Amino acid sequence: MRQFALSLVLICLAQMAGAFEVEDRASFGVADAAQPLKILSTADIGFFEPMIRSYIQNNPGAAIDYTVASSTELMKAISQERAPFDLVISSAMDLQTKLANDGFAQVHSSSVTQDIPDWAVWNDMVYSFTQEPAAIVVSNAAFEGLSIPRNRQDLISVLRQNAERFRGKVGTYDIRESGLGYLFATQDSRASETYWRLTEVMGRLDAQLYCCSSDMIDAVESGELAVAYNVLGSYAVNRKNEARFTIVLPSDFTTVMLRNVLIPRNAPAPEGAGQFLDHILDQSFLQDNGFAIGRFLMSGGNEASLNRIRLGPGLLVFLDQLKRRAFLSEWESAILQR
Amino acid sequence: MTQPVAQGSIRRRLLILLLVGAAIFSVLLYFIVQSVARQVAQESQDNILAASALSVMDSARSVEGEITVDLPYSALSMLDSVTHERVFYAIWLGQEHLTGYADLPRPQSNDVNKPSFLSDIFLGEEVRIAAVRRPFSTDTGHAFLEVSVAQTLAGQREKLTRISRMSLGIGAGFFVLCAVAALIVARSTIRPLDRLTASVSRRGPKDLRPVAAPVPQEMVPLVASLNRFMLRLQSSLNRSEDFIAEAAHRVRTPLAIVRTKAEIIQRRVEKPENREAIREMIHAIDDSSRTAGQLLDHAMVAFRLDNLAQEKIDLSSFLHETVERLRPISEIKDIDIKVSATDSAVVKGDTILLQSALHNLLDNAIKYSPAGARVEVALRRDDDGLRLSVKDTGPGYPDLENDRLTGRFERGKNADGIVGSGLGLTIAKDVVEAHGGQLELRNNPGGGACASLLFPSS
Repeated sequence: MRQFALSLVLICLAQMAGAFEVEDRASFGVADAAQPLKILSTADIGFFEPMIRSYIQNNPGAAIDYTVASSTELMKAISQERAPFDLVISSAMDLQTKLANDGFAQVHSSSVTQDIPDWAVWNDMVYSFTQEPAAIVVSNAAFEGLSIPRNRQDLISVLRQNAERFRGKVGTYDIRESGLGYLFATQDSRASETYWRLTEVMGRLDAQLYCCSSDMIDAVESGELAVAYNVLGSYAVNRKNEARFTIVLPSDFTTVMLRNVLIPRNAPAPEGAGQFLDHILDQSFLQDNGFAIGRFLMSGGNEASLNRIRLGPGLLVFLDQLKRRAFLSEWESAILQR
Repeated sequence: MTQPVAQGSIRRRLLILLLVGAAIFSVLLYFIVQSVARQVAQESQDNILAASALSVMDSARSVEGEITVDLPYSALSMLDSVTHERVFYAIWLGQEHLTGYADLPRPQSNDVNKPSFLSDIFLGEEVRIAAVRRPFSTDTGHAFLEVSVAQTLAGQREKLTRISRMSLGIGAGFFVLCAVAALIVARSTIRPLDRLTASVSRRGPKDLRPVAAPVPQEMVPLVASLNRFMLRLQSSLNRSEDFIAEAAHRVRTPLAIVRTKAEIIQRRVEKPENREAIREMIHAIDDSSRTAGQLLDHAMVAFRLDNLAQEKIDLSSFLHETVERLRPISEIKDIDIKVSATDSAVVKGDTILLQSALHNLLDNAIKYSPAGARVEVALRRDDDGLRLSVKDTGPGYPDLENDRLTGRFERGKNADGIVGSGLGLTIAKDVVEAHGGQLELRNNPGGGACASLLFPSS
């Protein structure tokens, strides 16, 4: 209890000092360890806990301190505040790439990193360990009597033909708020012009904007939304009310986000970090278990339509302030119909 | 003969010079290939960077007096296409930083129409920077839009390592080729010398003909002086042989007259002491005339050796003939010459010379044997070839250890009182050696000498 109060005080102090905003925090393994491995992550504790548990099972005596923050706060923590973390895990591929590109990450290579595919690593600094598709989640109830759309064309025509039924019941990311939403939107726009037409259509239907995937899925579950576009497929699976909605991986192209991990340059315990990183990669690529890299692609996912976001300096382009400003203004004019 | 003093070796010197040259060229080649390849690699990187910067520049638009840049995705992703590179960019309008990395160093340029390049350190790593410029008109007047693009050098380094290895391989390969060529060159340069040496040392001891085989230009003076030298030697030898023969011939005739006169006087002289003196005089005259005869023989032998005839000689009948000729002399001393010639054997050579050789051996045997003794002449074939031996029962050779006996005018210590010139064994030796054989001198176990002419079985 005292510890909790202390950490609360510390968090408050940190906040007052203008430090990055922490959403959640948890400790695993041996209590009071001299130097726990400090992980800063955008993934919920629940999402990542099995990985930590399996690591502690293999390494009894390990202690892990897990901190959750949003991708922009995470960026701020590492690049501006130089906060001492051993591992940084993020779904914002562009920001992770920028961290590595700008010299905030350190190189790590080992026997494990030799065996992973080229698309999952950049510069021996950024390593991908999940493939999470951007899905369309549709409410089964709202589509009663209509066929479930399989691609963006289908979705555009069904929305156009049933404008009244779907007005105010279409949701997507507010890309001004969500880094992941921005990443998905920019990659969609690179892949096909269809994205802009779809955005126009959603804008005309008075689209609802959300900060996060889980909120959108909740809204579909509750019937508030009929269609949620660009939802993280990984958040939609294994829900309690999975029968109420259908997860569609668009067959024209499915943008796949790769969740990444890197070791910051100023990591206090780089060796432990490397060991944990190897564990993550080993579990994701080399073992056939619950962490397998293809687990979120779902059965029937057509390999040809998978559009894995490529790690590399191309991702810096949409982080450019001019580019971002131009893209947002175009998006706003489409979705807000201004 | 004194051994010539060897100092250095032409072949070795040539080889070393060629190898040193090859090594120098190999090292040069290594550096040249490397620097050219480096330049090409640098240029190709610069080209990619400039293309990237230009594609950014091409996306720049002036909208209502304001500059907008729509960074193309490919502008940065193309820099990462082959090797993973960290990529940086910056866009400036005049001195106003529009976007990108404001700290990125800006290459200076005098010519705004050409891309300019700079190598520098940025964010802790070596980078290559390319910048392009274009004038734009804005609300406030004209300004230059400048786009800089930079990338790290991982791919460049990888390329350079490959280039380094490649140029090392080229240098080493060149050196190996040159070394092989140097060996061949050195050997073929020395070959005419070797050939000359071989042809001169193959010659017989009396062969003083000039060298006629063609030689390289550089060796012509050497061979010319060698030939002149041999010519001089030949004529000097000829002169002395001629002189000796002439002298001997001139001495022989007066000696014969003197001997006849002395014999006539001997018959008239009555006092025993005077008779004795005349007898000694005749003995001395005989000795001199014999020497003169052998000198003539020797000159004849020397002449014939230079132009050795190659007749087929049946040694067996040759042996009998020669012995028969000497019978009158042997019978005076009551010496029996026993001939045992087993097989018929044929050698190639000069009959007159061989006769002279055998004659001298038989003459020695008769001279040194006591009266009534027996001389055995045998022709046998054994493992080494043909052996023609003359065995006597005289005093034998006093000192066999050295070759002194076969030297000119050398006589055994026990030869006092016996007429002789000391040329007999010399002639026999020269003749048999000219026929490829050798002279063997031995003493018999039971006393007496044994001289053999050995002919190798051809």
